[in-house]
Amino acid sequence: MPDLGKYADAVLSSYAVSILMIVVVVLLSVRRSNRVKRELQELESKVKSNG
Amino acid sequence: MIALLLRDIRLAMRAGGGFGLGLSFFLIVVVLVPFGVGPQSALLTVIAPGILWLGALLACLLSLDRILALDWEDGSLDLLATSPLPMEGIVSVKALAHWVTTGLPLVAAAPVLGLLLNLSEPGYKWLIISLFLGTPALSVIGTFGAALTVGLKRGGLLLSLLVLPLYVPTLIFGAEVARRGAEGLDATTPLLMLAGITCGTIALLPFASAAVLRVNLR
Amino acid sequence: MNLNAFWEYANPKKFIQTADRLLPWFAGLAAVTLVGGLIWGFFFTPADYRQGSTVKIIYLHVPSALMAINAWLMMLVTSLIWIVRRHHVSALAARAAAPVGMVMTLIALVTGAIWGQPMWGTWWAWDPRLTSFLILFLFYLGYIALWEAIENDDTAADLTSILCLVGSVFALLSRYAVNFWNQGLHQGASLSLDKEENVADVFWYPLLVCIAGFVFLFIALVLMRTRTEIRARRMRALLTRERMEA
Repeated sequence: MPDLGKYADAVLSSYAVSILMIVVVVLLSVRRSNRVKRELQELESKVKSNG
Repeated sequence: MIALLLRDIRLAMRAGGGFGLGLSFFLIVVVLVPFGVGPQSALLTVIAPGILWLGALLACLLSLDRILALDWEDGSLDLLATSPLPMEGIVSVKALAHWVTTGLPLVAAAPVLGLLLNLSEPGYKWLIISLFLGTPALSVIGTFGAALTVGLKRGGLLLSLLVLPLYVPTLIFGAEVARRGAEGLDATTPLLMLAGITCGTIALLPFASAAVLRVNLR
Repeated sequence: MNLNAFWEYANPKKFIQTADRLLPWFAGLAAVTLVGGLIWGFFFTPADYRQGSTVKIIYLHVPSALMAINAWLMMLVTSLIWIVRRHHVSALAARAAAPVGMVMTLIALVTGAIWGQPMWGTWWAWDPRLTSFLILFLFYLGYIALWEAIENDDTAADLTSILCLVGSVFALLSRYAVNFWNQGLHQGASLSLDKEENVADVFWYPLLVCIAGFVFLFIALVLMRTRTEIRARRMRALLTRERMEA
């Protein structure tokens, strides 16, 4: 751990906030990607079986 | 086109047409400000130009959804679209009608409300000039926003969200003219910029509004 | 290079295939450069003699600010392509990029505020750069809200594209207006945000790696999100057709 001096709070909180935001946007994108992919597959197989 | 303009103005003037609503809103905002910031007249003198501009802008915003929504609901917008008038002309006339019924009254009312906010003596002239030059831009930009949201059921809030960022340059230069004028400084540069923005939006934005309206009407 | 080959990727199927192939690479590159760059910057760079350890915030602040603007530029280009050539993928790519760009703007604003607090003694100053970013954030908000509000895909794509064009012009205008406005308010009292002038090599190389990391992250996210949007659009189309047949 590097010595952050008196600005430790500022540096750590900005890293925490930024990394958190990046992780959230990545997770949301991945989850939606998987969900939409699955739903589309279900729908397409249903359409095929109907038609 | 003139017939359309007169019709829009008449509709807006009629009871329930929204004429006067913007004015009343302007009045309320200006009356409420001293309650919020305190009655010291020195402070009010400093912030008066900005508050008056902001009040005018918000009052303008309030009546934007009426520009097209009513005509959209009763189908007269479709009729207008099939008329020989070009769409660009229709949106320009709509914006002009909005300015005549909202912008002009605001310009006229601003000096009276300036009294309430203890606006400094040389400020009145510049306030009127800046509002007179700036409010047409507000109407034209607002028409673009109204055209974007015309087909939506709850477009009012979205309209504000879309239009407010577009109002930033007009507000900055307009309020700057009024502020510099009130402080007795030279206001030529922001005045020219404000005039430039107004001319530019009047010349170019109707094309975007017309394109948007065509999309919404298809 | 044959330019026409480029337009093949406007075919949704082809785009999804390519995205599937490219995504692991970009995701991997993003992970490596981002984690590597941030670790390098955080653990292995000295504190600046004037700014102390707060200089480490630069590795988040500058790349995110860069990407916030680049994302909007990308949306502008793809919106233009949609308007001119009417490729769905293009419009959907703009839609996919907007939330990422908004998050980047938010990161730049938040890290800037946290950085400003010890350096300038204030969380927020109406400095031209800060103000422009706040306005950019509002533009992202409006753009995304408009996409969400309109049900018909083509209408939404058309309207948001035009909003993006008009918004770009006004964002540029606002940038100059804000510059003018602040100089008018505080003459002489300027908060210099120009970090480039005194960035030494020790800070510069990890910063470059971090910028690369943010770029790769953005590309990976946009590829994935565009793929999602293409599928979602197809799903809506299928559902509509089913309803019509029923």
